Amino acid sequence: MSLQVDNLTVYYQTLRGDVQALEGATFSIADGEIMGLAGESGCGKSTLANSLIRLVPPMRLVRGQVRLDGEVLPIDDARRMSDYRFSRVSVIPQYAMNALNPTRKVGKMMAELLGSKGVDFAATIPELKRRLDLVELSHDVLKMYPIELSGGMKQRVVMVLSTLLNPSLLIADEITSALDVSTQKAVAEMLVGFRDRGFVKSLIVITHDISILYQIADTILIMYAGQLAEKAPTDVIIRAPRHPYTKLLIASLPEVGVRYAERRLSGIPGRPPLLLDPPAGCRFRERCSVAFEKCLEAPPFVELEPGHFVACWKELGEDVDG
Amino acid sequence: MSKRKVRSETLYFALRNNKLRVGLSVILFFLVLTFVGPLLTHYAPYDYVNPLGAQPPSAKYWFGTTMFGQDVFTQFVHGLKATFLVGVVGGGLGTLIGILIGFTAGYRGGVVDEVLNMITNIVLVIPTLAILLIIAAYLKVRGILTESIFIGCTAWPWAARAIRAQTFSLRSREFVDLARLSGMSPWRIIFTEIAPNMMSYLLLVFILQFGGAILNAATLDFIGLGPTNAVSLGLMMNNAVLWGALLLGIWWWFVPPGLAIMAIVGALYVTNVGLDEVFNPKLREM
Amino acid sequence: MRRYLGRKLLIYVLTFFLAVTIDWLIPRFMPGDPVQTMLSRASLHAEAVEVMHGYYTRAFGLDVPVWRQYLNFWVAIFHGDLGTSVYLFPQPVIKIIMRAVPYDVFLLLPAILLSWFAGNWFGAFAARNKWLDNTLLPLGYILTATPYMWLGILLAWLFGVVLGIFPIAGAYSFSMRPHLSWAFIGSVVKHWFLPFASIFLVKFGGWAIGMRNMIIYELEADYSHYLEALGAPRGLIRKYAFRNAILPQITGLSLDLGVIVAGALVTEVVFSYPGIGYLILQAIQNQDYFLIQGCFLFIIIGVLLANFAIDIAYVIVDPRTRLGMVGESA
Ligand SMILES: Nc1ncnc2c1ncn2[C@@H]1O[C@H](COP(=O)(O)OP(=O)(O)OP(=O)(O)O)[C@@H](O)[C@H]1O
Ligand code: SF4
Ligand SMILES: [Mg+2]
Repeated sequence: MSLQVDNLTVYYQTLRGDVQALEGATFSIADGEIMGLAGESGCGKSTLANSLIRLVPPMRLVRGQVRLDGEVLPIDDARRMSDYRFSRVSVIPQYAMNALNPTRKVGKMMAELLGSKGVDFAATIPELKRRLDLVELSHDVLKMYPIELSGGMKQRVVMVLSTLLNPSLLIADEITSALDVSTQKAVAEMLVGFRDRGFVKSLIVITHDISILYQIADTILIMYAGQLAEKAPTDVIIRAPRHPYTKLLIASLPEVGVRYAERRLSGIPGRPPLLLDPPAGCRFRERCSVAFEKCLEAPPFVELEPGHFVACWKELGEDVDG
Repeated sequence: MSKRKVRSETLYFALRNNKLRVGLSVILFFLVLTFVGPLLTHYAPYDYVNPLGAQPPSAKYWFGTTMFGQDVFTQFVHGLKATFLVGVVGGGLGTLIGILIGFTAGYRGGVVDEVLNMITNIVLVIPTLAILLIIAAYLKVRGILTESIFIGCTAWPWAARAIRAQTFSLRSREFVDLARLSGMSPWRIIFTEIAPNMMSYLLLVFILQFGGAILNAATLDFIGLGPTNAVSLGLMMNNAVLWGALLLGIWWWFVPPGLAIMAIVGALYVTNVGLDEVFNPKLREM
Repeated sequence: MRRYLGRKLLIYVLTFFLAVTIDWLIPRFMPGDPVQTMLSRASLHAEAVEVMHGYYTRAFGLDVPVWRQYLNFWVAIFHGDLGTSVYLFPQPVIKIIMRAVPYDVFLLLPAILLSWFAGNWFGAFAARNKWLDNTLLPLGYILTATPYMWLGILLAWLFGVVLGIFPIAGAYSFSMRPHLSWAFIGSVVKHWFLPFASIFLVKFGGWAIGMRNMIIYELEADYSHYLEALGAPRGLIRKYAFRNAILPQITGLSLDLGVIVAGALVTEVVFSYPGIGYLILQAIQNQDYFLIQGCFLFIIIGVLLANFAIDIAYVIVDPRTRLGMVGESA
């Protein structure tokens, strides 16, 4: 297991109270696994991803633990966590287009960043150049300012930089949403290539585009209103989902490839609960057609079949015997 | 999020922002003093009320008297009125011209923008005060309103620049495109689509112009080019220095007017930053 | 870069052109016979009035067409001929101004540069430091909102009158003649200090506040968050934020020159410091239009030169202008 997340609960502190954006997340990612993370806008995908690398105020760790390669990550201790960032956990941010300091040449910025982390930049250059070749970037980008690069080029620079130290876990948060379709595919394939070459051990890919996940993800984790709903191999999620929310989500896609966020799940009445004061129990309850009394308690995330986790009392067979 | 919710959220943070609270309280205090002050005194600003000349603050003359025996408190509260008037009229006019030029340049783009931008930059480089000095020197009789108008007419360039930049970034948004496709006239688009989205920004610009106008007026008044028929805080300092209040140690003559300007303008700046934090969630302190 | 500076230069040339035109209009704005008004203001000897009247009538060239007068004005400027002062008759305006200029440079250059560096440094230091942010930055707001003349008056009163540490009038002791000696230099520095301190303090507050607000924006910018996510040390993140925040501060410096000119003027008035600001007030009070013209011209030239120097600094600091990627940023 490369990543193990246990009962991770993270709130946003606001003046009006806590926004309970991530509640009791428990899951793991195997070595070499590419896990897709999907769910409606605002369901807590970025919160989960950020918790693993940059948990800063107003985010607050309420409880839970994260282990990477067996080692506990000090996710709520910014100082200690910075030793793990980049080298062990890394990220390709959503805003990759603006992620580079505008007043430094790309190469110089990399040198200063690596230098500050005690890595010998000069020794890294040959590998860096190999990777630039891999993403089809000229070595000249190192001598350029970000403003001289196109959006796609900046994104590839960020991809190369983020993975330069071969992290165990790489998080890619909506890195394709701003790109056109053909570039999306290329970027997605690069991510797979990075995994295959061992630049990164495992990956969390967040996207609004299930077709991308279908193309590259080994498993998919579905979230709803801050809670995990279901995790299973990609094929299973698409063809045989078991959680009522996943079923509706997949059914609402006329074909794989529709961006679900842009269509407010028309078939499902109601909208997700506000996370400032969410209902107890299963948060999908109010929109779930098969809900029953038991659903007033939060369902556990249980492995029903090997590799297939579901958080739903119905699927646990509770309605029959309880 | 619905518009309604955004508004109540803004209000919520506004009420809890310390900078905003302090800034607005100070401004409110002086505003009240401006209106109530004249009722508390039964003198006119230039009446010679104290035959003994300059005397320090006392129960009778709260802020003391000038070398000529004029009541400093009376001059002070009347001066406050002039200060606020200059701020509102001068700052308002500066903002208005800035809005007109900034919107036009930013929205029309192209040659119109090039020309307006060039003019703005030229006016920006010429030191405002030099122009004001010359204008003021020619006018034999000057009122506070005239002064405010001149100040407003020379203060707009940076407002125009700032608003132009904001308009540029809004111009390419979808809702503006939609309005354009639906055949709305440019000025309607500007006032129905662009301006409402910049309201908070325009407010910030106005506040800074307000403060700038007050300081500009104080400068003009201090070198004797202020109003010839009224009292103002800058004029009080001018008279104090002119009649040797410094050497004679009549501190109560020159301390209150400067202190009030400093407090009002400082409160405006603090309000500005407080509002910025309210409108811009990223700057909020948790 | 060439494009960027070229554009700037064009603006400056146009500005200069416009300013000189305004300058030329100054005496011509006056109601009535300008020469007579002017001369009656200055209490001169009868024969001096004769001479002056003849001189100014010729100088204004009221006998030649207006366009000719305008051209002559330009020619005269390039010959350094700004006319003769009425108030300080018969000294040429250019000579009077050249005598004042060194004081302005001596007062303003250190005040502007030191306040800019110190203010930016301090603002960057205070940003996101709760304690400093809450204690010392309010002081910044107070300073930047203080009218120059009032701070000058307060300092003069406190350190000059009450404590008697510093002199409060002139550029050096009235009992001295300018010469090279330690005593004289000491006197010059002593007279310089309070006016310098008034300008420095007000501007210091402004730059500190500006930098503090800028750097908070930058620390919340995407590139800062990315560096943080990659575990960059705080020092590096702040260094980058500072480098980016300093750009608008450079632009701010050029936008602020007009305000600084105004500040210098009233400060010089408070301390009777014999720079151009003090001179222009004398000229206005004595309706010495040739002197006003000259002062205005020199202020414009000074502001334009300063602007150009700032532009060059900007080009050096911001790579984007060097690449010609940004048409205009200042
Ligand atoms: N800084 C914040 N302060 C308070 N609440 C926040 C903050 N950031 C996010 N939230 C709330 O936390 C919840 C989860 O947000 P998150 O950004 O993780 O969603 P997401 O699944 O990534 O959505 P998207 O698909 O739109 O990126 C949302 O309800 C959001 O309103
Ligand atoms: S736990 Fe209950 S409410 Fe939640 S999805 Fe299952 S059946 Fe529906
Ligand atoms: Mg997100």
